[in-house]
Amino acid sequence: MKKGITTISPAFEDIMPEEYRQLVAEGPFGKDLGLGDLGTFKELIEEHPLCAGCGLALGIRLIIASLPAPENTIVVGTTGCSAILFPQLAMHNIHSLFGNQSAIATGLSRALRLRYPDQPKDVVVIAGDGGIGDIGFSFTMQAWFRNEKFTTIMLDNEGYSNTGGQESGMTRQGIALNMAPTGKKYPKLPMVELAKTAGCAYVAAVNPSLARRLGKMVRRAVLVAREIGSTYIQVMVPCPTNYKFSPSETLKQAKALNPQPIEYISAEAEQLLKEAEK
Amino acid sequence: MLSSEYRVVVGPEGYLAPAAASMGIVLPEPGEGLIEGVIVPEREAMHKIAEKLLTAKNPTFFPGPLVLWAWNDKAIAKAQAVKALAEAVGAHIIPMPDYRPKYPMINPQIEINPNHPNLTIWHNDIDVCVFVGVHCHYANLALKIIRGGTDCYTIALCGEFGHEDAMITLRDVNTAKLCTLLEVIEEAKIEVGVR
Ligand SMILES: Cc1ncc(C[n+]2csc(CCOP(=O)(O)OP(=O)(O)O)c2C)c(N)n1
Ligand code: SF4
Repeated sequence: MKKGITTISPAFEDIMPEEYRQLVAEGPFGKDLGLGDLGTFKELIEEHPLCAGCGLALGIRLIIASLPAPENTIVVGTTGCSAILFPQLAMHNIHSLFGNQSAIATGLSRALRLRYPDQPKDVVVIAGDGGIGDIGFSFTMQAWFRNEKFTTIMLDNEGYSNTGGQESGMTRQGIALNMAPTGKKYPKLPMVELAKTAGCAYVAAVNPSLARRLGKMVRRAVLVAREIGSTYIQVMVPCPTNYKFSPSETLKQAKALNPQPIEYISAEAEQLLKEAEK
Repeated sequence: MLSSEYRVVVGPEGYLAPAAASMGIVLPEPGEGLIEGVIVPEREAMHKIAEKLLTAKNPTFFPGPLVLWAWNDKAIAKAQAVKALAEAVGAHIIPMPDYRPKYPMINPQIEINPNHPNLTIWHNDIDVCVFVGVHCHYANLALKIIRGGTDCYTIALCGEFGHEDAMITLRDVNTAKLCTLLEVIEEAKIEVGVR
């Protein structure tokens, strides 16, 4: 008899809601699907409460669809707009107190390695720029210094959106927001450079209009974190509500803000990916 | 109320029902169960479960992820035993397949989640419910919410140490214990001539 965490107990097949039966039959679990397969499988996030045209919503959709093994992945989120979407996500996800995500992910990834030595379990932090670059900055950096084996993905909307528009470290110099009307007085944090300096084996930055590129980056970051150590991706996901542009212009904004993807791969990670992508 | 006098009884007890443990209710030892906060021999708790389920208007089982998913042979066998039990008392089964709040999209007719269990209970007018295969922390959360906001009688068939927040609880519940409970229920049916 078939067994596993995504198989319904035979006794309860008849009472399982349709959503779960579809997830089992048509979901991405154990199928090694990716972004190129979107539209052919049941996605793990379908409905969400974020604003129309929200860059985060698109970013998360693409990130989740790119995970190499969603059935063995745990997403660690934190406070912010993404946290109101994650409760709908049909995969393991943990909400951490604002800024604590890298500490939680550290414990989780270490414990999972001890508990399941033969089964890779991927831990992926997905959080806002305030959560990663400001309030959780110390935990983020310390986890990278320790070379913890998990991926950190920043949803960079250049501000604190969930609380109505305060400036964050990732807000660009000169930008004025609803609750920061005098304008930012210092430049955007160099998180990509900091990640490299801190020793991340794989670092990337991308906007979601380059969907396939983003998909490949997520996959690479997760595989490198599984085997080698910390990885970081920064996804530009503009916020139409706080930056006051039309929800139909989100991708245009994202492209303008981050036109050129960045990818840094350490020599060790390069070797690993060469094998994995053969 | 003095904590030693606190009893775990049907609500609605108020918006924030206290954790029974904080009111002095302690967990049963092996071979024991709890009825409304009082430690009793396990067999007595089984008889009370039979009585409650057989006299309920709309008894409903809420199986959780530990039995809904075919993790291993034990889970598959336990699921079968839970189903047999529900059938023996003519109960409905409404699953708790995971712990997502899914607010406000939960369909209370066909599912329950630990964050808003009252929605499913109100919608289906459930007077007696059974938790089984739900991870402890989520069972405790849901049992308190139910006690706080509904008049549903709660029974927890716990695989670990029992649930002091349920009105009746058994502990160390495995497939064999579920079969024993089934026997107790079948005997009770004959005794009281139910169904
Ligand atoms: C410890 C703590 N401090 C402050 C807050 C208030 N707060 C909630 S969301 C938020 C900003 C989130 O910004 P970001 O991480 O950039 O995510 P976004 O909402 O922009 O996606 C803040 C300051 C909180 N919930 N907890
Ligand atoms: S406030 Fe901005 S980031 Fe938050 S959900 Fe709305 S569009 Fe998205």
